[in-house]
Amino acid sequence: MARYETVIGLEVHIELKTRSKIFCDSTTEFGGDPNTHICPVCLGLPGTLPVVNKKVVEYAIRAALALNCQIAGFSKFDRKNYYYPDMPKNYQISQYDLPIAEHGYLDIDTGGGVKRIGITRLHMEEDTGKLVHQGTITTTPFSLVDYNRAGVPLIEIVSEPDLRSPEEACSYMEKLKAIVQYTGVSDCKMEEGSLRCDANISVRPAGSSKLGTKAEIKNLNSFRALQRALSYEVERQIEALEEGGRIVQETRTWDEGKGVTLSMRSKEHAHDYRYFPDPDLVPLVIEKEWVEDIRRSLPELPDARRRRYVMEYGLPGYDAAVLTSTREMADYFEDCVASYSNPKAVSNWIMGDLARLLNANNQEITACRIKPRQLASLLELMEKGTISGKIAKTVFEEMFASGKDAGVIVKEKGLVQISDEGAIAAVVAEVIASNPKSVEDIRAGKEKALGFLVGQVMKATRGKANPELVNRLLKERI
Amino acid sequence: MISKKDVDQVALLGRLELTGEEKEMFTRQLNDILEHFRFLERLDTTDVQPTAHVLPLKNVLREDWPGQHMSREDALANCPDRDEDYFKVPRIV
Repeated sequence: MARYETVIGLEVHIELKTRSKIFCDSTTEFGGDPNTHICPVCLGLPGTLPVVNKKVVEYAIRAALALNCQIAGFSKFDRKNYYYPDMPKNYQISQYDLPIAEHGYLDIDTGGGVKRIGITRLHMEEDTGKLVHQGTITTTPFSLVDYNRAGVPLIEIVSEPDLRSPEEACSYMEKLKAIVQYTGVSDCKMEEGSLRCDANISVRPAGSSKLGTKAEIKNLNSFRALQRALSYEVERQIEALEEGGRIVQETRTWDEGKGVTLSMRSKEHAHDYRYFPDPDLVPLVIEKEWVEDIRRSLPELPDARRRRYVMEYGLPGYDAAVLTSTREMADYFEDCVASYSNPKAVSNWIMGDLARLLNANNQEITACRIKPRQLASLLELMEKGTISGKIAKTVFEEMFASGKDAGVIVKEKGLVQISDEGAIAAVVAEVIASNPKSVEDIRAGKEKALGFLVGQVMKATRGKANPELVNRLLKERI
Repeated sequence: MISKKDVDQVALLGRLELTGEEKEMFTRQLNDILEHFRFLERLDTTDVQPTAHVLPLKNVLREDWPGQHMSREDALANCPDRDEDYFKVPRIV
């Protein structure tokens, strides 16, 4: 048994897909020239007043319900004060003691079965601006600030310290991402920063119920970074304790290039945010009817959909999990199955060839040129024997590149499978005549040689001969 | 009781540079303010809900419609230092 137990809790920030910012009507559009998506409110100019975007409250409730949280009847905004120029006001509007939602959970799969991870709270806040440094943050002579992102709505989701390994932390993130994406309140793109994560991590002697001193790890910008940084941190902390040292409570940053976490600043003094209720924003009283309206509008969520795929389509659990990992892929699958009723065949093609081509071309399934109906008709051509499985792969690649229908490609390129026995028999006779050595080998019991002859027939017919027929005819004639 | 060390800490958080005399004065003044609140503490507030806001208002919300931006030149006009399109600030850590 391991001598130490790892304890991890995650703080996840998710940008909400509203059109305007949380407290003003500046656009939330990603990118844009520096300091162009701003107005007097998000710049914090004197005399301006923030007003809450109703959609932000609705989206926060929507995400919270999907994460099994209880929605507060009364909620308010607070100022989190700190001296850092990523906010022009020197404070960030957030929620402190009365968040919009608390006490939720989500389930993850672990080697030992399903595990329930508690969600402490979910609250709304404004995103910060972006700082541009020359070189690193500690050596740059000065920093440049772009406030386009300042005021973009965020929800922060804080988990209980229920995660026990870097792998569990990654599963939690993947599940959280899937659920929130399903609700439609965010696109959760880690590469664009609309999904971000900080991790609190500590180790303690196995069997102990007292938490060890934690470090907070920042700059975890990908699933890979999360996994690597946490694995590194587990080793670092255990090593420090084994050497008789102690862990300092501090913020550390993940250095992707060096593969290490580095101390940023001691939190013992800096961690004094002096929260107080924002006097510019009046409280929220959330009516039950509103919450129930939102609950009724929630789509089928990943876990339910996955169970249904096993029950309704008879898919293996693994297929069901992969297909439902994003709403877009699951929708694509269901659209295919609507016109071609062999779910396992559809699943194989989506998880195999389609996923491979999408990855290789760095493309989203929603942008795929092969529409579900077109994939279905390709599978039909295969089932009817119009084309062979091998040819189908070629046609599929062509469809992916051009967006043309399978039938059109098959016709244009003359790829129809040859199932005419007479035509194939002629080729078979030729191949037998010109490969006497292989024929002898087969007669001597060397089955392998048959494969070679099948290959010769396929070659002569440019892959179009019906493979079953070729096999049967060769066997009959040798 | 507020000590001189507390005043140092508050000054640091507010990025204020105080003289020795000022520190003593603020220590005294802050303690006077605390004393005043200790007086208010004598009121029985058992049945009083904590106040989140002084105004009898709730749910002041706006619809999610994007509007006009201000020009970058206007935005940068008041800043002490700039570098082309950015606000320029001293090193942070």
